[in-house]
Amino acid sequence: MSDHIATDLLPSATPVRYLAEDGTPVDGRDNGRLAGYPQPSVEELRDAYRRMVVGRRFDTQATALTKQGRLAVYPSSRGQEACQIAAAMVLREDDWLFPTYRDTMAMVSRGLDPVEALGLLRGDAHCGYDPNATRTAPQCTPLSTQTLHATGLAYALRRKGTDSVALALIGDGATSEGDFHEALNFAAVFEAPVVFLVQNNGFAISVPLEKQSKAPSLAYKGVGYGVRAEQVDGNDPVAMLAVLHKAFEHARAGRPFLVEAHTYRIEAHTNADDATRYRDSAEVDRWLDADPLARLDKHLRSRGALTDEDIAEAQAEGERLAADLRGRMNAEPHLDPLAMFDHVYARPTTQLVEQRDLLAAELKAQEG
Amino acid sequence: MAATTMAQALNRALRDAMTDDERVLVFGEDVGQLGGVFRITDGLTRDFGEQRCFDTPLAEAGIVGFALGMAMGGFRPVVEMQFDAFAYPAFEQITSHVAKLRNRTRGHLSVPMVIRVPYAGGIGGVEHHCDSSEAYYVHTPGLKVVSPATVNDAYTLLREAIDDPDPVVFMEPKKLYWSKEDIELRRVDEPLGHAAIRRHGKDVTLVAYGPSVPVAMQAAAAAAEEGVELEVIDLRSLVPFDDDTVMRSVRRTGRCVVVQEASGFAGFGAEIVARIQERCFHSLAAPVIRVAGFDIPYPPPMLEHSHLPSVDRVLDAVDRLQFDDEPDHRYLTGAHS
Repeated sequence: MSDHIATDLLPSATPVRYLAEDGTPVDGRDNGRLAGYPQPSVEELRDAYRRMVVGRRFDTQATALTKQGRLAVYPSSRGQEACQIAAAMVLREDDWLFPTYRDTMAMVSRGLDPVEALGLLRGDAHCGYDPNATRTAPQCTPLSTQTLHATGLAYALRRKGTDSVALALIGDGATSEGDFHEALNFAAVFEAPVVFLVQNNGFAISVPLEKQSKAPSLAYKGVGYGVRAEQVDGNDPVAMLAVLHKAFEHARAGRPFLVEAHTYRIEAHTNADDATRYRDSAEVDRWLDADPLARLDKHLRSRGALTDEDIAEAQAEGERLAADLRGRMNAEPHLDPLAMFDHVYARPTTQLVEQRDLLAAELKAQEG
Repeated sequence: MAATTMAQALNRALRDAMTDDERVLVFGEDVGQLGGVFRITDGLTRDFGEQRCFDTPLAEAGIVGFALGMAMGGFRPVVEMQFDAFAYPAFEQITSHVAKLRNRTRGHLSVPMVIRVPYAGGIGGVEHHCDSSEAYYVHTPGLKVVSPATVNDAYTLLREAIDDPDPVVFMEPKKLYWSKEDIELRRVDEPLGHAAIRRHGKDVTLVAYGPSVPVAMQAAAAAAEEGVELEVIDLRSLVPFDDDTVMRSVRRTGRCVVVQEASGFAGFGAEIVARIQERCFHSLAAPVIRVAGFDIPYPPPMLEHSHLPSVDRVLDAVDRLQFDDEPDHRYLTGAHS
């Protein structure tokens, strides 16, 4: 028998929330368990605001680059800024991030070079950055497979005597994959310091959540494995930071934590998708009213913690990032076809050497 | 000197690797207290502790994905898939992640992991316990695939696999677990990728690996009594593939039979035959023939002897190598219609 009591593992009955959509603090009914969560400081919220402004600008610039043919594809995380930025903010430098293709904003906010972070989506590399140097795993396009890697790495980190944490980001659809369930189970059994953050944005490409799961909340998937879980309003930056801080504290003590963040994917799945085929614009409009950035803006202003100057500064920072990204992405990437043969193995097999020579001869003939 | 079984040699390889390198961990289903269903990990938990050899939940994708994360964290996991067909739930983790992580990250990350797979038939196992699954792995760039056929190779190849900087699918022929040799286990210090000539002969080259090597050796002994000299190549490593040893032999003999237990269609033997005809066409006196399992799901245990490539089937193939300069009537177009 486990020493867990199921009720200690269960999420709140409703998502943890601190800010109403108009940015005012909600009353006690809606934030029943918030008292148990550490409150982010004003400075932290000001930092979150700045990062969200920059993150949104990054996102719109990346989408624009797809239209210019500079990115092969871009899955936007517009509307999910509170999740993306809170994730980036709670990570320490020694913690590991296991992102998906929709989490480039979090990676850039974490400090990865934007051009390197976009390598996969630009199409010049599978992973444009050094995972060891950035403590960021390659962006995962199969669903939930990286939750197991995060769990194994977290366990390895604990065995080495560190208190570093691995954070795995996934979406709502990915909670249906077997690997997610195996990862929760392994994380509990091996007491791996891993946090699973499910950004429930309502859709797995076109399939809405109600066709994906009948769970009362995706956070309930934790209790069956002995993993503590919480659900949170993913468009409330205050609640996101509060819950993730708690989750990380729990993980650093050697126990996994599952967070479901309720949010919404404002854009289509990717620039190649047509969302009008499966949802109506009125629904999108309703979620635009729940915009996480506007909510934090109102909240900080009401506390006298955000000036027009602050906003202008954040926007200027976003413009600088976007301009730098445009400039560098407009330059042709350096491509070496022969490098395709590198790093298949530590040392190439004789067969790979033969094939590389064949391609080299082909390339030489094309030049001549 | 006491005879050593292949199972004991594998156990010794794990022990010696764990002694030499504390980053080496062994885990999987029933590998702890029980010592594995084939006892390959016998006594490791007792002697090295639960931190070094431990049971996991029963989830193969979980085991492999978790091991990949541990490899990222600096460990060298050796995981056991209990049976060949039970490794299939881990297929995505193996092919999309374990095999590709080095390449995906341009060498920044690597996966020094060994996935041990007891495989193939001949032990009277029920369905899903006797698959020859090597073709799935050899087709995936980034994996190395190794299969020992002798007791000493079980030891030395597993040591090499554990020390290898890349992921190795280590395929253990179940029916040879109890094969014995009176030898002192000895590590041959060379990287993976070298075939061995187990018997020299000038007339025909037999290419085999894993469970088919003893079959090829018996066929060679029988043929010798008839005055036909068969050369037997034990591939040992399927990937990397030792083109050099195979092609040199075939150029010498001019005739070749490839023996594998797996179903023939699109199997690893097909790759070997293709490579031989691409490289040795002008040395060949006859078509290269495959002797393989039939293209059927592995049969029930009471029928497996009819399915598995036998010594007679190998000798029959040798007989068909056009020593009398006649084409093989079985392969003439329309011969069956």
